[in-house]
Amino acid sequence: MDKIDFKIKRREFFGKFFFVAVSVLFPGALKGKKDEKGHFVRNTLREVSWGMGIEIDKCIGCGRCADACKKENDVPPYPFFFRTWVERYIILEGGEVIVDSPNGGVNGFKPRAEERKIIKSFFVPKLCNHCDKPPCVQVCPVGATFKTNDGVILVDSKYCIGCRYCIQACPYGARFLHPETRTAEKCTFCYHRIVKGLVPVCVEVCPTQARIFGDTKGRASPLVRFMRMNKIRVLKPYLNTEPKVFYADLDMEVK
Amino acid sequence: MSLPSAIFFSKFNSFFDNSYEFSYNVTPLTMRKVKLLWNRIPDQLKRLLIPVILVIGLFIAMRHLFVPSDFGKYGHYRASAVEEVASKEIKYSGHRVCEECHDDIVEIKKNSYHRNVACEVCHGPAAAHTQDPEGNQLLAPTGRGYCPLCHEYLPSRPTGFPQIVSESHNPMRACISCHDPHDPKPPTVPKECEACHADIARAKALSHHVYLSCTQCHETPPEHKVRPREFRPKKPNNREFCGTCHSKDAPSPKEIPRVDMATHGERYMCWQCHYPHLPEVH
Ligand code: HEC
Ligand code: HEC
Ligand code: HEC
Ligand code: HEC
Ligand code: HEC
Ligand code: HEC
Ligand code: HEC
Ligand code: HEC
Repeated sequence: MDKIDFKIKRREFFGKFFFVAVSVLFPGALKGKKDEKGHFVRNTLREVSWGMGIEIDKCIGCGRCADACKKENDVPPYPFFFRTWVERYIILEGGEVIVDSPNGGVNGFKPRAEERKIIKSFFVPKLCNHCDKPPCVQVCPVGATFKTNDGVILVDSKYCIGCRYCIQACPYGARFLHPETRTAEKCTFCYHRIVKGLVPVCVEVCPTQARIFGDTKGRASPLVRFMRMNKIRVLKPYLNTEPKVFYADLDMEVK
Repeated sequence: MSLPSAIFFSKFNSFFDNSYEFSYNVTPLTMRKVKLLWNRIPDQLKRLLIPVILVIGLFIAMRHLFVPSDFGKYGHYRASAVEEVASKEIKYSGHRVCEECHDDIVEIKKNSYHRNVACEVCHGPAAAHTQDPEGNQLLAPTGRGYCPLCHEYLPSRPTGFPQIVSESHNPMRACISCHDPHDPKPPTVPKECEACHADIARAKALSHHVYLSCTQCHETPPEHKVRPREFRPKKPNNREFCGTCHSKDAPSPKEIPRVDMATHGERYMCWQCHYPHLPEVH
């Protein structure tokens, strides 16, 4: 007679036994370490979670990021569809705030004639925040937008039904409906580049290194250093979306 | 025993009571029981069962047809969608690739002011060019319109970034006739602070401090104009500095407004309330 084929191997059994024992004894030790399916992820496994840092005081508003992004990702050239764009903030005497973004900054910015004195002014590059708790993913009725296990929010354009729920749900206005495919579109952190070891194209072309890309959980890297050395703010923190685009020197007026 | 569990156990017991009959006459009895039950269901409910079963069947069939087989492998999405996004074609090949064939230019640019300006910013996406240089020639922005994208004076740009006003900065001549795009240097060392600090100079020109020169307040090493970040000018660092003109007993021209240094502005530095390049009193 053959040996009985146990469904569970001895080693596996012990592994699982210890896992359960540890989680019962020290529930805190394993808390929060789950993958998308709710399975526990071993502590030893190094997770990657891509993020971006943006240093406002370095941005010169040349708009090369917005331009290169359109070219790299075939974003429709017709205006007002952007995966990344640059906003200009002008704070006038008296506190009035003017925000403009002519063609997303793709053609650069022209000086503006203001009647009142400018108290301060600066540029704010924007893009999808690749939230750790993405509201857009939650509302998708078909599972066409999702978070990869390295923390990037992607859209499955073959599966998307174009219902626009995600566009409504995004608090950062980072999504749009592609005029030809009629599917949702947004920044992918240039996923096709980062899987090959390149940086997103907006980071590649930034002349002043105002944009920094990397693994937020990595050890020593420009992004980790940037986050340690600067006072970081994210956009709309009260929404608890846990964005992974981190701003340094961001003014209170930026929403 | 609590009430619910008591009910549970009583049911359990009655199950065992019947077990005798059960084991002898399984089929007919159960069939009879099922029939009895079936007859007790109202007709309209039975008819309703047909569409319900149809809908469930349809759902299962649709799910089988429309939900891709790899859905849910990593999460609530199609696993191959990740590959599809990742397989997109790269158009900007990155700054390292150019080195292979244009090492002369890379070498020049490496230590220039444009060292952080990637080749493809000016020359456009070059992945196709690196595969077949002759077949995919790149363009170079030679006109005067291009460089001002970064260098035109805008009040929103950070202080210290080299800016010009293109209307008045050597008009009618191409920028690259004076500045090498791969190693841009001012052909001569600028004489005025204004060449690089246009915004401050503009503010000062409108202020009560218009007749003060920059160097009256900032002792500036001459090297600052060549390598500005390495050789920094001095900045006033105490209240007494402003007091040399504005204190009650300062030996300065009479028309300069005076304040009592001991009480005015308390312990703050003067420029915490008055921007030195545009001092306002209201
Ligand atoms: C495989 C070698 C190779 C690589 C890699 C390469 N080039 Fe070239 N490049 C050439 C050759 C050869 C020419 C000359 C083509 C001609 O004159 O027809 C050229 C010409 C050029 C020109 C001049 C076009 C003109 O009008 O004179 C530019 C600009 C240029 N390359 C930029 C780049 C940039 C930017 C990169 C990096 C992304 C790059 N090249 C990478 C081989 C290469
Ligand atoms: C600030 C914009 C800018 C950047 C950055 C830049 N170039 Fe150029 N490049 C130009 C311009 C403008 C010309 C045309 C020069 C001329 O016609 O005299 C040019 C010309 C060239 C040429 C052809 C003429 C020559 O001088 O041999 C090559 C090749 C070239 N660039 C390669 C590169 C490479 C490689 C890099 C990156 C290391 C690079 N460029 C970065 C603006 C730029
Ligand atoms: C994508 C933005 C960008 C473009 C386009 C660009 N530059 Fe620059 N330029 C820079 C940066 C960044 C620096 C370095 C500034 C610094 O050191 O703070 C710089 C520095 C310079 C400087 C030296 C300034 C100094 O401090 O002495 C000159 C001159 C210059 N650029 C000329 C040009 C010319 C001419 C062109 C057009 C061929 C051009 N730039 C195009 C970004 C750009
Ligand atoms: C006739 C030659 C000439 C031409 C043409 C020219 N420049 Fe200049 N540029 C200079 C000189 C000389 C300086 C030194 C500062 C000064 O005296 O104004 C300078 C300074 C600059 C600076 C500032 C340097 C700094 O350290 O801040 C920038 C930026 C610059 N030029 C960009 C440009 C751009 C962009 C164009 C084309 C729109 C251009 N230049 C055309 C001669 C020229
Ligand atoms: C070649 C361009 C250039 C010229 C000319 C120039 N500066 Fe600067 N200056 C810079 C740059 C670049 C910085 C650094 C800005 C920064 O780090 O944000 C700077 C910084 C400064 C600072 C601030 C230093 C600090 O530690 O914060 C002062 C003050 C200053 N400059 C004064 C002057 C004065 C006065 C002159 C004229 C005598 C002058 N500069 C001429 C480019 C220039
Ligand atoms: C009345 C004296 C005075 C004059 C005149 C003056 N500065 Fe300043 N400047 C200051 C003081 C004080 C600070 C320090 C401000 C601070 O630390 O907040 C300063 C700071 C700066 C800075 C640092 C950046 C900033 O905006 O705070 C620069 C750059 C600068 N001055 C350049 C200039 C230039 C260029 C001129 C001439 C056009 C000039 N200054 C004229 C007093 C003066
Ligand atoms: C070299 C002398 C000198 C120094 C040093 C100086 N100032 Fe002045 N200040 C003047 C003169 C001249 C006026 C203009 C008087 C007039 O309006 O005729 C003035 C005017 C002012 C005013 C009045 C503006 C108004 O609206 O009436 C203020 C405020 C002021 N300065 C602040 C400062 C501060 C702060 C400092 C130190 C960073 C400083 N000053 C350093 C010469 C000086
Ligand atoms: C706490 C903020 C504050 C500080 C710090 C401060 N000031 Fe003022 N200053 C004011 C205000 C408010 C006024 C206008 C009301 C007044 O006259 O008291 C003024 C007015 C002035 C005037 C114009 C007076 C006139 O008669 O027109 C001068 C000059 C001046 N300050 C210089 C200085 C100098 C020099 C210092 C540093 C020793 C300084 N201030 C520090 C707030 C400040």
